[in-house]
Amino acid sequence: MLSASVVFASADQEKLMLELTTQTSLLDIRGVCRSFPKGSGEELLVLEKVDLTIHSGEIVGLLGRSGSGKSTLLRIIAGLIAPSSGNAKCRGETIVGPPNGVSMVFQSFALFPWLTVLQNVELGLEALGIDSTERRTRALAAIDLIGLDGFESAYPKELSGGMRQRVGFARALVVHPDLLLMDEPFSALDVLTAETLRTDLVDLWVEGRLPIKSVLMVTHNIEEAVLMCDRIIVFSSNPGRVAAEIKVDLPHPRNRLDPTFRQLVDSVYARMTQRAEPKMPTLDGIPGTSVGMVLDHVSSNVLSGLIETLAGPPYNGHADLPVLAGHLQLEADEIFHLGEALQVLRFAQLSEGDLMLTDAGKRFAHLETDARKKLFAEHLINYVPVMGLIHRVLDERPSHTAPAARFRNELEDYMSENYADETLKTIVSWGRYAELFAYDEQSELFSLENPH
Amino acid sequence: MALQDIRAPTLGQALRPNIWDGVAFVLVIGALVLIVYGGEQTVVPLSTLDAAPVSLDPANLPLYALRTTMRMMLAIVCSIVFTFIYAALAAKSRRAGMVLIPLLDILQSVPILGFLTFTVVFFMNLFPGRVLGAELACVFAIFTSQAWNMTFSMYQSMRNVPKDLEEASQSFHLSGWQRFWRLDVPFAMPGLIWNTMMSMSGGWFFVVASEAITVGDTTVTLPGIGPYVAMAIKEQNLPAISYAMLTMFLVILAYDQLLFRPVVAWADKFRFEQTASASAPTSWMLDLFRRTRALRALTYPFATLNKAVSNLHIALPGGLKMRARSGPSSLIVDAVWFAVIFTGTGYAAWKVFAYLSTTLSPSDVFSAVGYGFITLARVIVLIALATLIWVPVGVWIGLRPKLAERIQPLAQFLAAFPANLAFPVFVVIIVRYGLNPNLWLSPLMILGTQWYILFNVIAGASAFPTDLREAAGSLHLKGWRWWTKVILPGIFPYYITGAITASGGSWNASIVAEVASWGDTHLMASGLGAYIATATEAGDFPRVVLGIAVMCILVTLFNRLLWRPLYAFGERRLRLG
Ligand SMILES: Nc1ncnc2c1ncn2[C@@H]1O[C@H](COP(=O)(O)OP(=O)(O)OP(=O)(O)O)[C@@H](O)[C@H]1O
Ligand SMILES: [Mg+2]
Repeated sequence: MLSASVVFASADQEKLMLELTTQTSLLDIRGVCRSFPKGSGEELLVLEKVDLTIHSGEIVGLLGRSGSGKSTLLRIIAGLIAPSSGNAKCRGETIVGPPNGVSMVFQSFALFPWLTVLQNVELGLEALGIDSTERRTRALAAIDLIGLDGFESAYPKELSGGMRQRVGFARALVVHPDLLLMDEPFSALDVLTAETLRTDLVDLWVEGRLPIKSVLMVTHNIEEAVLMCDRIIVFSSNPGRVAAEIKVDLPHPRNRLDPTFRQLVDSVYARMTQRAEPKMPTLDGIPGTSVGMVLDHVSSNVLSGLIETLAGPPYNGHADLPVLAGHLQLEADEIFHLGEALQVLRFAQLSEGDLMLTDAGKRFAHLETDARKKLFAEHLINYVPVMGLIHRVLDERPSHTAPAARFRNELEDYMSENYADETLKTIVSWGRYAELFAYDEQSELFSLENPH
Repeated sequence: MALQDIRAPTLGQALRPNIWDGVAFVLVIGALVLIVYGGEQTVVPLSTLDAAPVSLDPANLPLYALRTTMRMMLAIVCSIVFTFIYAALAAKSRRAGMVLIPLLDILQSVPILGFLTFTVVFFMNLFPGRVLGAELACVFAIFTSQAWNMTFSMYQSMRNVPKDLEEASQSFHLSGWQRFWRLDVPFAMPGLIWNTMMSMSGGWFFVVASEAITVGDTTVTLPGIGPYVAMAIKEQNLPAISYAMLTMFLVILAYDQLLFRPVVAWADKFRFEQTASASAPTSWMLDLFRRTRALRALTYPFATLNKAVSNLHIALPGGLKMRARSGPSSLIVDAVWFAVIFTGTGYAAWKVFAYLSTTLSPSDVFSAVGYGFITLARVIVLIALATLIWVPVGVWIGLRPKLAERIQPLAQFLAAFPANLAFPVFVVIIVRYGLNPNLWLSPLMILGTQWYILFNVIAGASAFPTDLREAAGSLHLKGWRWWTKVILPGIFPYYITGAITASGGSWNASIVAEVASWGDTHLMASGLGAYIATATEAGDFPRVVLGIAVMCILVTLFNRLLWRPLYAFGERRLRLG
């Protein structure tokens, strides 16, 4: 398989180049914005002025932090939701409802459990009104292509995760779409299965056996993007914008250990951390204006663990993010989460794809549990405005209690309901660890642990 | 090879019958003949009913059982059709849903026998002088006892269709019609089947009451098990009662084995789970049909037709609408729609008030409400008692898997068994020992419905994770602490589900249970059920309406103020896994 694809690769590259030069654009996104209503009735801007063009013959990857609006953009292209403003065109026509010639592979597979593999694959053809003989032929061909031979009459629940996602692929391919959309298609699979599926797919693509013209895939995994894509679009968050575009000119099959490959991965990491930096100045500004800071939930245990790891050898307080991610077996996105949480708390600093402990972070690593809690509490009050707010309110009120709704409302002025919940959850868990306050789930009441 | 399974067998193979074809053929033809025979009886003139009144000869019982079963089946079919239409409308159209769902909630709390009063007159006038009118009235009464929970289950399923499947069907361009048959219906199937079985069980209770209809001067007695039992009670004929019980037992057993088990086994594939379950339900009947060749070949045309119908490109109001925000035009339509609803409601309220106020005074309302509270007290005490008895028993059984497997069908059967058959026993005892009917008739209300508590608790205890039990054991949790900290929170959501069903059923049953008779002995407890029953018998429509309205309000309040919050609490805090 591998040697064969090498032979095909060069020929295909030529075909690719040829098609790129003719500039057939399949998808044209111009100034697309999208917002969702927030809890407080205002709008939360998720996508801001996104421009994106996809040509025939390329695999494009969409990389970005969680919540940066990648799935939202994919849904707009799939015609499942409409943009608030801007123009999305597929093959020259404005997208209203799912366009013809676009099909989608879902992260969760989205197979119909009551239909067999064959019936699942045939479903899209049935909807197009294709007659039963042709339907059967095409479905069997797709099943064959994707390596599902012999599983035609199995039900999805009898298959392993990898096999299920193959059904997802077959179902999307069988309608011969021009553009294949994939929303984190491998992230629900274990590492080895995902790798097999990726290489199989790339091989088929390079051999020109896939009945599609282009692929747009969303991913969290930087290596995956570098491994599969011809072009990587990096998204920034809050609101989602195209932050950078990186061309990957390596021939297939790509070798993860190849120095050029590693270099590319490193540079993508660097680009993504760059985007995280501009957040900092607002934090140092007047406290209180940043009550609207979104806090992703990271347990305090994980944070202490990470600080210890960073402080110890071989990092000694300074780690290269891709290396650290590999060591901890985390995806790029997850390591960013953790890094950012530490940055918010001033225990570490993110920059240029590196994570460095601050002095406070180094001190934290060598403290006993109680002292750690104290330091943590200090940093919470000083650097997480909403924590300071809660602490102040509890202190001032004679009863030393306050309902969660009081703070949730305030948070919802800045963020969507989901984020407000997530932030509140984080606050509760960090506050409990630091013994800043107690929280009762039943009555949703904050109270001061030791009022003074 | 796998491929063979998915292709229809070639014709030559299909036409050669095997032995299973013979067996299945007899069953199918037998069922057809019975249906035709039973059907013929419904078009005869009404006067023949008087000429050939119900006789207690046990030889007639098979025919009576057939007619009764057919009524129930017909009602189930109507319920299913109703469910599909009503639930689809309510789920797909926001504006329709605004009205339909609260309406359903209220309909659910209307005492079933209350419907009978009004519909009998209507249906009898529809086919004057024909048995068909009375038959339809009876079927309608059974329908009203079956349809609501099925519709609710379907609606809930349709609202909870997994988002990704919804998006998949949209992105693959399934039409609204295709989506309904390929996604909504299959997804709703397990819940719908379970509720259909519950409905069928519940229906028996009311069949017995609704086949012998007395409304004011109109009395219609349809040939069926209900009137047979009624007559046996009137004539104090104990052997006849036991024959009737035996017949019912056989009928319930038959449709469980021939109909429901195969359906449940077949519908296992619709369960929305990503992993295969360890023990899939089985049915000998389904196996038999799967082994037949010719009969299966006969079903292919139907399967094809079904496929063709579900593939029709019919535009329905689709699920997701692709719209960023609703425009001003839709706001105007909303306003008009609200105006229509409120005008209609206002008009109806005024009509009802005008009708009732001519004959009823405020004191009637007070007395009806007073009776309502008496019945409410009964329901609460009975549910509490049933809880005290059946929760420990259910836990004990549920923690012993072997035993639970055997007891579970029994409890379901007991729930299906019409409790009215046991009424005579109570009447005899109450009369013999001179007991107070106000107290001692009460248990009848819960006789048929307590089993829901039992089998839900059994289900909950069986599903209780073994590791939690072991953890509790290693922590030496025992006695009271074990009950309150371990098992009771574990089974709570299940218990609530059972208790909701049981309490709803008890309200309904009160109309039958607060008045009981044996021969010439009539016993009556004071309560809202007896109030409605008496008014019905007297043909006093205003009081029937009043009684029903009060019961509706009480049941709805009871549900909203007690059960819903408890249920939500259980789902939120205590759902395991
Ligand atoms: N239907 C919706 N209603 C309200 N907010 C929404 C809706 N869909 C998405 N959002 C919000 O839009 C933002 C972007 O969501 P989206 O799913 O596009 O992010 P993503 O980049 O795909 O994230 P992930 O990597 O976690 O999948 C989030 O803040 C989310 O809460
Ligand atoms: Mg996403």
